[in-house]
Amino acid sequence: MYSYYLTIVLAPLAAAIVAGLFGKQIGRAGAHWITILAVGLSCVLSMFVLKEMFWGGAVAENIHVYTWAVTDGLRMEVGFLVDRLTALMMVVVTFVSFSVHIYTIGYMHDDPGYQRFFSYISLFTFSMLMLVMSNNFLQLFFGWEAVGLVSYLLIGFWYKRESAIFANLKAFLVNRVGDFGFILGIAAIVMFTGSLDYAEVFGQAESVAAQQFEVFPGAPWNAMTVACILLFIGAMGKSAQAPLHVWLPDSMEGPTPISALIHAATMVTAGIFMVARMSPLFELSETALAVVITIGAITAFFMGLLGIVQNDIKRVVAYSTLSQLGYMTVALGASAYSAAIFHLMTHAFFKALLFLAAGSVIIAMHHEQDIRKMGGLRKYMPITYWTALIGSLALIGFPGLSGFFSKDLLIEAVKESHWHGQGAVYWIAYLSVLLGVFVTALYSFRMFFLVFHGKARMDKETKSHLHETPWVVTAPLIMLAIPSAIIGWITVNDVLFNNYFGDAIVVSSAHDVLAHMGESFHGSLSLLKHAPQTPVFWLAAGGVFSAWFLYLRRPDIPVTIKRKLSGIYTLLDRKYYFDDLYIKGFAAGGRGIGRFLWEKGDQLIIDGIIVNGTARSVGKLAGVMRQIQTGYLYTYAFAMIIGLTMLLSWLIWFR
Amino acid sequence: MFQAILFYLFSAVLMGAALGVILSRNPVHAVMFLVLAFFQSAILWILAEAEFLGIVLVLVYVGAVMVLFLFVVMMLDINVEAVKRGLTRYWFLGLGFTLLMAVEIVQLIWLRGQDSDIAGGFEPYADGYSNTKALGSVLYTEHVYAFEIAAVILLLAIVAAITLTMRKRPGLKVQNIAKQVAVRAKDRLRVVKMDAEKRQ
Amino acid sequence: MIGLQHYLTLSAMLFVLSIAGIIINRRNLILILMCIELMLLAVNFNFIAFSRHLGDDTGQVFVFFILTVAAAEAAIGLAILVVLFRNRRSINVQELNTMKG
Repeated sequence: MYSYYLTIVLAPLAAAIVAGLFGKQIGRAGAHWITILAVGLSCVLSMFVLKEMFWGGAVAENIHVYTWAVTDGLRMEVGFLVDRLTALMMVVVTFVSFSVHIYTIGYMHDDPGYQRFFSYISLFTFSMLMLVMSNNFLQLFFGWEAVGLVSYLLIGFWYKRESAIFANLKAFLVNRVGDFGFILGIAAIVMFTGSLDYAEVFGQAESVAAQQFEVFPGAPWNAMTVACILLFIGAMGKSAQAPLHVWLPDSMEGPTPISALIHAATMVTAGIFMVARMSPLFELSETALAVVITIGAITAFFMGLLGIVQNDIKRVVAYSTLSQLGYMTVALGASAYSAAIFHLMTHAFFKALLFLAAGSVIIAMHHEQDIRKMGGLRKYMPITYWTALIGSLALIGFPGLSGFFSKDLLIEAVKESHWHGQGAVYWIAYLSVLLGVFVTALYSFRMFFLVFHGKARMDKETKSHLHETPWVVTAPLIMLAIPSAIIGWITVNDVLFNNYFGDAIVVSSAHDVLAHMGESFHGSLSLLKHAPQTPVFWLAAGGVFSAWFLYLRRPDIPVTIKRKLSGIYTLLDRKYYFDDLYIKGFAAGGRGIGRFLWEKGDQLIIDGIIVNGTARSVGKLAGVMRQIQTGYLYTYAFAMIIGLTMLLSWLIWFR
Repeated sequence: MFQAILFYLFSAVLMGAALGVILSRNPVHAVMFLVLAFFQSAILWILAEAEFLGIVLVLVYVGAVMVLFLFVVMMLDINVEAVKRGLTRYWFLGLGFTLLMAVEIVQLIWLRGQDSDIAGGFEPYADGYSNTKALGSVLYTEHVYAFEIAAVILLLAIVAAITLTMRKRPGLKVQNIAKQVAVRAKDRLRVVKMDAEKRQ
Repeated sequence: MIGLQHYLTLSAMLFVLSIAGIIINRRNLILILMCIELMLLAVNFNFIAFSRHLGDDTGQVFVFFILTVAAAEAAIGLAILVVLFRNRRSINVQELNTMKG
């Protein structure tokens, strides 16, 4: 298996290097063939690994590959920890990546940076695999930063666009805030345990949880709480949880395949994956779990609301992603790690599908992204229409589709997680995820109806060119629509209730809501039968109906609401003023401090007084001293005589 | 006693000569005073039983160095009028400091030194002592290395002085010895063979 | 008895006189060279006096070397002087201030 793992990781890297450095030599076709073959190989091997894990009885492997450095007892290594959690993530990553590779051929068809793009996404696949397959914190951090770097490069892929540059800088900076917490968390882990290796750290988890640590003098905290909250700050940055979510909507400046691959399916879920991977640590700190669930709930509900007022097709999907990431985080906070990972998997498929469908629409509309200028696309683009419908239904949790199983059970798990004891936290989380269902349905189908139904609102020129996109675009749509539809049905029982993850995810028995739910779980079919009895179903249906009524039947009502509730509308339209706070507050404040230090500290004090001042005073002194230099021999002789006489006088009289 | 009288006499002449050196307007006179000063010094050294050095001072200094000075002074043809004595602006200060220094040295020698062993006369040499022989036996044994270096320094001085002062003056008629030596008969002489002409 | 003290005094007088010569003379560079010779002479007086006082001939060997070096110095100094005069048509000390700061 060892050589399989190495191949899975290194094939995309090799392809990225070839496509990146020798793009000119191998040409456009060469670039996409080599990267697709490499990622396809990774995908097939990953599936094989998953199959072995599932049915072949393969056990989790902790493989040491290479020791990079040993310093003061701290081993920095490269290694793979492949268990069932990792295997699942590997398949999700490589499969979505593979679909996106194919899709890119169509989407980036005329772009001059074709080879560069393929090189980047292959590099991304490598980085993400390094992240999920890591067996130690250092490699995790490497993968974490590498995916961040590729994300930065790809958001700014069209580097001549002002807004793209702004967006990638923003993504990079906001992620730095999260990474700051993340690296502090790793440092805390190293401080408390003296090791970077997962196995060793988890082995010492109990003793760490027994320690106290003073973050502020005089206020001792539980060491595990400190470490977990710091790690979770990292996850907040990467998985775009409020208040570090601001970069994700802007990241839609990147090409759509990127939005699907990185900013919906894989990279943004790295935070979720990381918390699930760290479950042996998080389980030992209920405070940290309470923080996680609160942040997740806030993100899930309030970011969903923003989706309702957005008009850019990709931004609607982006806010939907934020909201769904919030759902996963809530599940993590409720100790339902398996539910979070399950939702992560289904979400990866249907959200990638939605993004690629949106991209397909954008191609057909000649890169017009405003949904107010679309409409009635159903008859021009049947494949896109049907796949987008599957994606949307999966997203809102239509019974039978993948999203139904993952989201329904996730909400159920939150409802059951009474153990928190903190009433407010529990109610905030439960109400947020419940109301979030309605909001999700509303914005999803608002977009769906505005794009595919109703009157065609685009101009004649565009309308005359409307047609279905080529097969390289629609094939990935179909490829992703299949798992979006059925994967929940097939796997829900195994992943959630049959202890699929084994030792990979540790849940203390007091927290184990899924085990509790498992007792009353009787297979997918019975869950399906009970669907109409749950509030989730009716809330989703209500959302769809509202969308249909408001945007297709009576389009005048939203306008009236908008006018009547202009205050709330402005609040939503300005995204709760987060951007203003960050840009005008932190960024401008930072620049102000920088300017002050530059002008007063650097230019005035250091340059003006210390550096140039020294030079100036030396110059002035020299100007005075040079008067002594007359150039006449006798003056110098005289000076020598004076010195000699004084020396003699001192020797004779004063000593 | 007789020695003391001689010492004071020659010292007085030496002082006068030194004053003459620094005060005379004409540089030729100054050189002459300096020659006188060297002669007096040589006498005083011999008086102190350092005969070899006294002789060397006369031979080397008066015979060679001072002649060189005189030669240069005359060669440069300095306008005597222009070299009139002009005192520097702070001459009194300079004199003050030099006087102070003199006072200090004299005080050091006569007041501080009174109780130490520097008082009293020189120990005269034993009979049959040869200053030249003694110096030679030290110079060519212990200090032979320094002696060689001194020779090299003199050579250096010769080379340096010649290099500094030599120049090519235009319009100067000189012989090129190498060319003259290298000349061959056939370059200068052409032997013409011709038939004898008929007698007319 | 004429001894070390007398010779040292004489040497000091000679030295001080030559210093005064360097300071008060402002016209002629040759005179400065001559004053330097006088100074060296004063130094030699000290060496001989101490050599006699201590009964050690090495002091006189030193004088010998000083004479040698002084001769060399005089030769080179005069050569420089000649070159200087050739270039500037003057050896007036007051006109030589190219080193003025």
